[in-house]
Formats: sequence, structure tokens, C-alpha cells
Amino acid sequence: MQDDTKNIETPFVPPSGVRGLKLSGLEPLIITPESNFINVGERTNVAGSRKFLRLIKEEKFDEALAIARDQVDGGAQIIDINMDDGLLDGKESMVRFMNLIAAEPDIARVPIMIDSSKWEIIEAGLQVAQGKCVVNSISLKEGEAQFIAQAKKIKMYGAAVIVMAFDEVGQADNYERRIEIAKRSYDVLVHKVGFPSEDIIFDLNIFPVATGMDEHKRNAIDFIEATRWVRKNLPNASVSGGVSNVSFSFRGNNAVREAMHSVFLYYAIQAGMNIGIVNPTMLEVYDEIPEDLLERVEDVILDRRADATERLLDFAESVVSTTKERKVDLSWREKSLQERITHSLVKGLDEFIVEDVEEARLLAEKPIEVIEKNLMIGMNVVGDLFGSGKMFLPQVVKSARVMKRAVAYLLPFIDAAKEAPKSPKGTYHWETANPVLYGLLKEYAKQMRNQPTEAESLLWDVLSGKKLEGYKFRRQHIIGNYITDFICLKTNLIIEIDGLIHQLPENKESDTERTFWLENEGYRVIRFSNEEVLSNLDLVLSKIKKELEAPPLGARGAGKILLATVKGDVHDIGKNIVGVVLGCNNYEIVDLGVMVAPEKIIQAAKDENVDAIGLSGLITPSLDEMVYLAKEMERQNFEVPLLIGGATTSKAHTAVKIDPQYKNAVVHVHDASRAVTVVGDLLDKRKNQKYISDIKADYVKVREGFANRSTRKEYITLAEARKNKFKIDWDIANISKPNFIGIQVFEDFDLTKLVDYIDWSPFFRSWELAGKYPDILTDKVVGESATNLFNDAKLLLAKILNENLLTAKAVFGIFPANSVNDDDIEIYSDADRKEVNVQFVTLRQQLKKKEGIPSVALADFIAPKETGIKDYMGAFCVSTGFGTAELAAEYEKDHDDYNSIMIKALADRLAEAFAEYLHKKVRTEYWGYGSDEVLSNQELIKEAYKGIRPAPGYPACPDHTEKWTIWDLLSVKETIGVELTDSLAMWPAASVSGYYFANENSKYFGVGKITEEQVKDFAARKNMDIETAKKWLNPNLAE
Amino acid sequence: MLDGAMGTMIQQFKFTEEDYRGEKFKDFHISVKGNNDMLSITQPKAIKAIHAKYLEAGADIIETNTFSSTTIAMADYEMEDFVYELNYQSAKIAKEVADEFTAKNPDKPRFVAGSIGPTNRTASMSPDVNDPGFRAVTFEDLRKAYKQQAEALIEGGVDLLLVETVFDTLNAKAALFAIEEIKSEKEIDIPIMLSGTITDASGRTLSGQTAEAFLISVSHIPLLTVGFNCALGASQLTPHLEVLAQKSDLRISAHPNAGLPNAFGEYDETPEMMASQIKEYLDKSLINIIGGCCGTTPAHINAIAELVKDYKPRSPLTPEGGIN
Repeated sequence: MQDDTKNIETPFVPPSGVRGLKLSGLEPLIITPESNFINVGERTNVAGSRKFLRLIKEEKFDEALAIARDQVDGGAQIIDINMDDGLLDGKESMVRFMNLIAAEPDIARVPIMIDSSKWEIIEAGLQVAQGKCVVNSISLKEGEAQFIAQAKKIKMYGAAVIVMAFDEVGQADNYERRIEIAKRSYDVLVHKVGFPSEDIIFDLNIFPVATGMDEHKRNAIDFIEATRWVRKNLPNASVSGGVSNVSFSFRGNNAVREAMHSVFLYYAIQAGMNIGIVNPTMLEVYDEIPEDLLERVEDVILDRRADATERLLDFAESVVSTTKERKVDLSWREKSLQERITHSLVKGLDEFIVEDVEEARLLAEKPIEVIEKNLMIGMNVVGDLFGSGKMFLPQVVKSARVMKRAVAYLLPFIDAAKEAPKSPKGTYHWETANPVLYGLLKEYAKQMRNQPTEAESLLWDVLSGKKLEGYKFRRQHIIGNYITDFICLKTNLIIEIDGLIHQLPENKESDTERTFWLENEGYRVIRFSNEEVLSNLDLVLSKIKKELEAPPLGARGAGKILLATVKGDVHDIGKNIVGVVLGCNNYEIVDLGVMVAPEKIIQAAKDENVDAIGLSGLITPSLDEMVYLAKEMERQNFEVPLLIGGATTSKAHTAVKIDPQYKNAVVHVHDASRAVTVVGDLLDKRKNQKYISDIKADYVKVREGFANRSTRKEYITLAEARKNKFKIDWDIANISKPNFIGIQVFEDFDLTKLVDYIDWSPFFRSWELAGKYPDILTDKVVGESATNLFNDAKLLLAKILNENLLTAKAVFGIFPANSVNDDDIEIYSDADRKEVNVQFVTLRQQLKKKEGIPSVALADFIAPKETGIKDYMGAFCVSTGFGTAELAAEYEKDHDDYNSIMIKALADRLAEAFAEYLHKKVRTEYWGYGSDEVLSNQELIKEAYKGIRPAPGYPACPDHTEKWTIWDLLSVKETIGVELTDSLAMWPAASVSGYYFANENSKYFGVGKITEEQVKDFAARKNMDIETAKKWLNPNLAE
Repeated sequence: MLDGAMGTMIQQFKFTEEDYRGEKFKDFHISVKGNNDMLSITQPKAIKAIHAKYLEAGADIIETNTFSSTTIAMADYEMEDFVYELNYQSAKIAKEVADEFTAKNPDKPRFVAGSIGPTNRTASMSPDVNDPGFRAVTFEDLRKAYKQQAEALIEGGVDLLLVETVFDTLNAKAALFAIEEIKSEKEIDIPIMLSGTITDASGRTLSGQTAEAFLISVSHIPLLTVGFNCALGASQLTPHLEVLAQKSDLRISAHPNAGLPNAFGEYDETPEMMASQIKEYLDKSLINIIGGCCGTTPAHINAIAELVKDYKPRSPLTPEGGIN
């Protein structure tokens, strides 16, 4: 027995060849002698946490899971779960909770410690864990036979085990008893059971010290020494324990307790304790324990003095727990100017940006330099952080807001300082020839001037003598090693006419490199072909004019990108985000807004001479618009890349339908964060050819795959599908007569009622933050970003509510209805059902199904006319979009894209919330069939109620033209002013419309692809010609 | 050398409902077409012919036609009552064919592995998205079903058991638990091969475990081999086999699919294509037992058998880098 404390500091050195303890959740946890101390989360323990006990008792499993998640996020590598409580069905609770954890990958990734004093609970836990767990615990307390039987079972289930130092006599409370029981348990396990020794963990009982009783004095040191003995003499075994016990006598004095835990762990770990239950918030850093406290605590833990306890008690009264306060940290204001500007940009803080930019402006030679230098340095940091996944979209948009405010402040100074722009490269640059080559080049240049091509002569005729808007051009001017065709030195613009030999043959380099070199020197280069000049001089001149008027390189110099939401579509959140992100990366954005006609896009692209066109759309008809635009670009010989984005777009659609229409680059941009890389690659003149051809090749592959796939799908005829309809036994169907029949309008609905109905998850998705609300707020990766975004959203929401900034309107109706001819629904004007008001036309699934699976159409949920049953149906439209556009415009004027996007995202959420709210009102009051339902918001979001509210344009009813019928039936435009665009998008955008079906069997489904047969039938029923029908149903046509 | 796919070969017979029913199930009350396992009873000649083809192609081990022969998986066809017979017959006919080949060439003994599939339910996941705590099957259900299957296979004469296509480790743990029970009750020892399934490029099983976590979770039972099969083609499986090879001192098996399914759900990697990818396993010395899963045919097995002739199996004692 080691008595003196000199040995206590000798670290445990494991013998060689030790096998590690391997555990698993979804991911492995391997504990080797080299591993750091393994911390076990203890808060999912009903015995130790009153809060957890209460949550389990009240079956608040979501909150209970949050506790488990917090522990894992907080660094627990194993989580201990204990359900031993007299008032709980421990077995049931254990199984339930472990099953729930299994469904949460961010918790289930770590192994579980199944903690119970009841074997049946342990076994139940083992039966629901796919990973290798730890059983906590078994012991020799009830004798060897039971110990062996349990250990054998544990081995068959595949788990490690904690063995308590406990036997038939009692719990080990000194050094000798600890090693006696440990040795005996180990021998039984290893030799009689064949238990892998590395899967044995000893809990050697941590008992309190400084209790005032002499027999407790050695509690800590005996544990530590027994630990050392076990690790040395029982190969591969681990040692664990619950640390907080040791300081039990100092309850209430956390400062002392924290110090005691640290000191105890410091020595226990050195002795070989490698696993433990420690509350990390109850731990002081060993090195930060004040010296006098440390000495007294060590005396107690290591039993170094007879009066150790008294001395610590005396001292403890003087130790007061210190609380750490958080306040706003402004220390960054002390840093250098550039660091401050970068900080503001990265953190999205606009409080100090004007002040800092002004300081930078005073230091700069020219105001533009502040943008080109200071601000761009900061934005580059933002770009790098974003690119490497360390910043998220909402933060970047906030950064952009700061950037815009800074630029807005600088612009007046820049305008005032406008003079002949010099090369942005500064004092030294190639404004003239490389002196070494000058002689050679001069001769050559002279020759060229004397033998101009026809195109050159033609252009020189209109450029010479300051004929073009007073700009002076020279021809065959020598810059560095190159002879330029035409140059305007004042604006650093070079015009090159292709189809000539441009330079000395021996000095010939590719046009690309030449352009790159010149651009690097601060010149802008535009090229035209001989043909362009000869055939369309006007266009060439207008392009030159544009370039002359464009801002100099540097700010916004990376390229000019046109963005538009296509004709008929009104959704622009994603497009605006792309615009902001590209803007941050030095691109100039020409944003044409929403519902932009193709002619306007084409014209603007020409007028603005853009480098790329980005199209966005959310509803399915927009896809056709994009195809049309690609065709137009091809027809008009465009060369710039076409970018495709938006919720309804896909790589497959882009590859199959859009890409073949345009021989130049077409790229589907999956999300806004990809936009910068894609545009960067497309516009990088040195590498873009390969990039573009790679994408083209990829799309060809997608097309081939698609062509193969689509030929194999099997469809049944419409008659067969109708025969196989979704069958409801109408004889026993529960049809409740609505309390209200007719149309109801809400003119100015109280928005505050909707707040509780908001489903926040899609809100985060629209900002490209992945995760479910509310878990996303504590997510390890995006949690901070999500929380900040959420706080900003709530602020704006409060503002909207307080100042009545948005107006909510709704109209809905409930009508007598019956289905006719299988697929149509007649809505009657009268209770006798004599007069048909309108007819809804539904689409039926036709893809061949497995036997017994019906081919569904929405009409199946309404009783057929021939049954004589009086059934009903509803329709609705809600909008919270009135006021959105104005508010967004105001924010944009204030250079605040962040809030401009935010207001739209919020309006969308409010519209969905309104739809949910109204549906509930209809279910529980107006129609009344669900008057007994009691559902939480989570259940509402999960659509746990009876009845559905499918929306035209969505999978169950992909036909957008049904909106015409709804508008007709409810007089939507006349009553609440929501309009339909050419593509049948709703305006304002934050609107939702749909049908109400009340039947308890009704459910959401996807119509999927339909055949030409159904399209013809549909067209006849709709009174539409087949081509028009095909146009609307295009995304659903079977190939 | 393990054999290739059974289902792919059965498809080529284009059996009708009547063929499936055979004499014994002539009047069975529901449709049984597609219940491949019952063909061991109703079309034993066809199944034996398939076994023979694989043995001719060079397989050392053939798998019984019992992938779905548990009460749980047979519930789809309401054939729970025939589970013992299905397994026993399948084992018996496979053993007969194997013994014939062994007799012809005693230098190359052939073995029968009792195929134990994952069933069609998962013990770690809920089929109901609204109730993640729900389970369609319990450990106890699985243990009983697996025990019945394994006992019948052993009594039918299999040489070893192959717990395969493990997409949920908890299902596999129940199977292993059941086999351990049989081993101790019957006082026998029978080698177990265990083969998991990595379902996609994330490198995880369907139930979410990484390859290494899967390995740790099943290493409490003595295994003849651990490996992966199905879901991926040979080349996609390589990184996951590398994990096993690095982390395990067990022997390693692989029976990948013939590539990934094409747009029609068919597998179209030719024997040569597949063999050329498997060459990488051999060059890296990753495996001890190789075979084929979905889409593979005797031609595939033949091509692979020709290839492996020239290589030594992985030495399990050098987990770090193999023997090259």
C-alpha cells in the first residue's frame, strides 16, 4: 500500500499490448491508453436531474431529448441514461427514450450507458441499442451465480460493463476491499464467463471526504490508489466513477467543490481513471485554482494533514463563488483601421462602418481606393469564410448590408473626385511599349496601320477624331509586348478586332493570355470579330459606348450579371440572395425584378452587355419560360452563360430541357451559396472552356440516363386507373354537414393571431440554413447563425405587428359538391344540387402500381353524385403579401437587402400560417367536422388533423389552371385583390390558395406522370385545346 | 470463393404463378409469385441447377435460397407456417449439390452457407415518420424468428451461417444472439459469416452506423468473417472494405452487386468489368472471401474465380497494409 504522497504524482503508464475499449453509437468511440479522459453525460438520469425526471414523467420527450442533445453538443462522449424512479415504469421509459434517441442522429452518434439497478431495465435497454453500449452496472452483491448469468447475457448482447466494487458482504470502502472485489470480479469475468477484459470497467466507489469523520479521511486517496492498482494488475480494464460525490460535504460552496473536483480528477486520472461522470460546469481549471485554496484542497483529497478538513472548512468561508458577467465586447475597436473594417464586415455590424470608412477615405489618395482596398479586403475575408463553410448565408447578407452602406457613403465623394481615371494599378504601369521590344514593334505597328483590314478601316472611320462621344482613340498603339488595335487611354479601354495577326509571330501568345495580361495591367479589353464590325456596326458601337461609360475596374469589376424571375412568376427571395452574394463578390448586378418578360430580359442583356444571365422561378410553368429564353438566346446568337435556379428547377430539368436549346453554357445552380463559384468558373477566361465543356458533358450524361429511364415506366389506361380508384365505402362514410355554407371574406385580419401558427423550419431553409426549428437554434454548426437570424426575424415581425405594416386578407367558401364521371367535382349553387356553379377537374395517377394500391385522384375523396349522398367541398385563398413589395423597396433604398429579403421570407411564413389558421377555423368552426380536435402547433405542422387542403400546382393537383376556377368560384380578385399572373402565380407572392377536403380518408399524394390519353381527356373536360393542355401539364407528361 | 445472386438467376426462368405454387401450394389462398424462397420446395430442380452453375463457375461456398425464410419476411405471403420446411429443404438440396461436386473433385471441397437475410423490418428505426419512437419489430421477435431459421438450416445440413445484407445492426445482433443460443443449447459450433450493407455514398448503414461502428457493434461474437455486400458495386465498396481491413483482425468477405442499378433497376456490369474492379481488392489485399450479390451470374463468378486464382487471401494478422 502506497502511503506517501510522493508516488501520487507518478502517472499511470499502461503496459504495452493493451487492448482498447471499443464502443459505438452511430460512430465509433475507441478508448486507448493514449485517449484523453472520457466524459460521460449525466443529465439524462432521473436520479440525478429533477428536471429530467419531470420531463419524463410528463412525457415531454422532445425536451428530454434536448437535454441529451445538449450533453452531446457539450462534449459528452457517452450518455448515461437512468430511469430508476419509483413513479416511473422504468423499463417502458428506458425503451421509449432509447428508441427516440435512435431517431436523432446527432445524439445517437455516441454510445449509450444503460444505467439501472434493475436487470430487467438493463436487458430491455440492450435490446433496443444497435451500437455497443456500456451497462451500468452489475456486481457480486447478489452472489457469483447471478453475476455470471448477467455477464453472459451482456456478452451475447455485445456491450461493455461497469462492475461496482460491491460483493455479498457489502460495498468496498477502503483500499484493500476495493482491490479484493475488483480482482475477484475480474477473474470471474475473464476466466469463467470469457468476458473480454477490455470491456470491463470498474467503478471503485468515490465517497465524500472532509465529512468530519475519521473513517472518511482516506476515501479519495484510497480510490486513487486502488485505481492505480487495477490499471496495473488487471490488464485492459478501465476505471470509472462519479466525481461529484467526493465534494458532497461542501454542497452550497461551488468554488470549493469545483476545486475539489479538479484536484481529485488531476490525481485520479494520473493514476489511471479514464472514464467518469463529471459535470463540466462544476470544474475549475486546475492551474487556475488559487494557491492557498489548492494547498488546502490537496491536503484533504490526499489526506496529507490531520487537520486538513478543519483548515479547508475555515478557509471555505472566505471563498465566495465568483460569477462571470457578460457585457458587450468593444475591444475590437482598439485594433487597426483595416482590422476594424474587416470586423464590421465579417460580423455584419453597421454601427461603426461609416466612421471607419471616413477615416479610411481621409487616408486614401482617392475615395474609390477605400472600396477597392479596405472594403474589398474585408469582403474577401467574408468570401473565404463563406466558401469554407464557416459563415452562413444570413451572415453574408448582413455583411453585404454593411458593405452597401459603406459604398453609399463613399459614392458622393467618388463622383466628386471623378477625373480622368488612371490605371488603377497606380503610378507605374504599361501605358506604352516595352522599351526592349519597342523598335521591333514600332516597325510592325506602322506596317499594320498602313495595311488596315476592311473592318479596321470601317471602325477607325467612326472612332477617329473623337467622333464617338468625344472619346479619343488611337490605333495600333503599343502596350508592353503587344500591339493593340484600338485604345482609349483616358478610359483604359482596348478594342480588338479578331481575324488578324496581332503581334510579331515569334511573340505570339493566345488571345486569352494577352487579354489577361492587359487586364492585369488595368485595361479593359473588348473584342469583336471582323464580321460583327462589317455586318452590325451599330451594335458594336453601342457596346463600345457601354464600356466607355462603365465604372472603372476594381469596384464591381468582376463581371456584370443579369438576374430575373421569369415571366408569370413572382418569387424572388432566392434570386435576391444570389444577387447579394454575387454583389459581395465584386460582381455588378442588373436585377430586373419579378415577372420579367423574355423580350425584356433579352433586351436588357444586350443593352447592359452583361457577362451572364441568371433566371429564377418557383412555380412549374416557369420551367417552360426558361426553356423559351434559352431558345431565344440561341436564336439571337448570345454567347454569355445562362444560369438556372429556383425551387422548381433541377439539374435534371436543366440538362434535359434547357441545355439542349442553347449551345453555350447552361448551368443549374442548386443553391445561392454555389452561385459565386459557378459564376467565377464561368467567367474565368483561362479555365472556363474546360469548365463549360465538363458541364455540357455531364448534362449529356444526365440526358442519356433520363432517356433510358423514361422509356421503361409502365402506365395503365385512364379507364383502368379509374377502375382502380381510391375506394371509400360511402355507405358508412362519415360526412358532416358544414355549419356554414357560402363564402366568407376577411378584409383585414389580425396578424398577431397567426404568429403561433408559423412553421419556422422553411424560414431557415429559405436562408439556406439546414435543420429543423427549434433544434436548429442550438445546432452545432449553424446554431449561432440561426439564432441571430431568428432574433432579427422576431424583431422585424414585432415591427410588422406593431406598426401594421402588412395586411392579411382571406376568402374561403364551403359548397355542396359531388364527384361526377370519376374525376370531376361539381360545385352546386343551391342546396338541391340542381345548378352546377363550377366544376373542378382533377387528375388521376396512372403509373402502374402494385396490386391493391389505388390510383388516386382528388375526386375520389368526394361522394359520387350517383350515391345520392350530400357531400361538400371548400376552397380558399389567403394572402399576407399586401405591403411586402413596398416595404422591401424601402429597405432596398436604404441599402438593406437583409431586411428586404427578410420581409419577404416573413410574409411567406405568415401566409402559410394564415392558411393553417384558416384551415383550423374551418375544421373546428365553419365546417365543424373537427370541432373536437386538440392539436399542438407541432402536430399542425405535421398535419395530424383530418382533411386536407391541397393547392393547385402542387403534387396532388399539379394543374395550375384550377386556380382560375377557384378565382371564379370565390371571386378572389374582386374580394381580396389577389391576382393571377400569366403563369398562374399569385400576386402578391405571399399568398396561398387551395381546396378543402374534409373526408377522413383524404390524404396528400402525388399525381406523378400521366399519359397523352389523360391529357386529351383533360383537355376535353376543361374545354381547352390539346396543345394548351399540354403546355400547362408539361411537367407531368409521361415521355 | 462465394457464389453470386440467386434472384437474378431465378428471374431467368420466368416462372409463372403456377410454377411458384407447384403441386404443394396449388390451392394456396393468396398469390405467391415472387416468393423465390419457396421454389426450393416447388421447383427444387431449378434451384439445384442454379447451385450447380455457380459451383461449375468456381464457387467454393454456395448460399442457400433462404434470404427471406423467416416468419417475419414470410408474413408477406402468409407462409409463416412453412418456415422450417423452407429452410430445411433449401439447406438439404444445396448440400446435395455441393456434395456431388466435392465427390467429383475432393481436392476442392464445397460448402453450403445458410443465408440469413435482414427480414423486411428494422429494429432500430420507425416506419412511422410521425412517431420516431415506434418499432415495427422487436429484438425478441427477431431473435425468435432467426432462431427458428438458423435451427432449420443447421438441421438441413449447412456448413456455416451467413448473416447478410445487414442494414440494421440491431437485427444482426438479434440473429447473432439467436445463433449463440443454439450453439450453447445444442453444444455445437458453427462458423458465422457476417455481412453488412453500406446503403449509399455516405458510407453508413441504413440505420446510420459508420463501417467502423458497425464492426465494433458485432465484434462480441466469434466470427469467421466480417464483410459487406449488396447496395453498391465493387468499386464503390472499396473504401468501406478498406476501413474493415484496417480496423479488424478478422477475415474479410465481400459480395458486391454487379455495379449500381441502371435507370431500369437492372445491373449491367459485365463479368469483366466487375472482375477488373475486384482486382483492386486483391492488389490491396483487402479480402479473404469474395462473391457476388444482386445482378451477378455464374459468368461473373467465373471471371472473378479466374482472377483470384493468382492471389493469396488477405492475412488477417497484418491489418495495417496487407501482404503485397
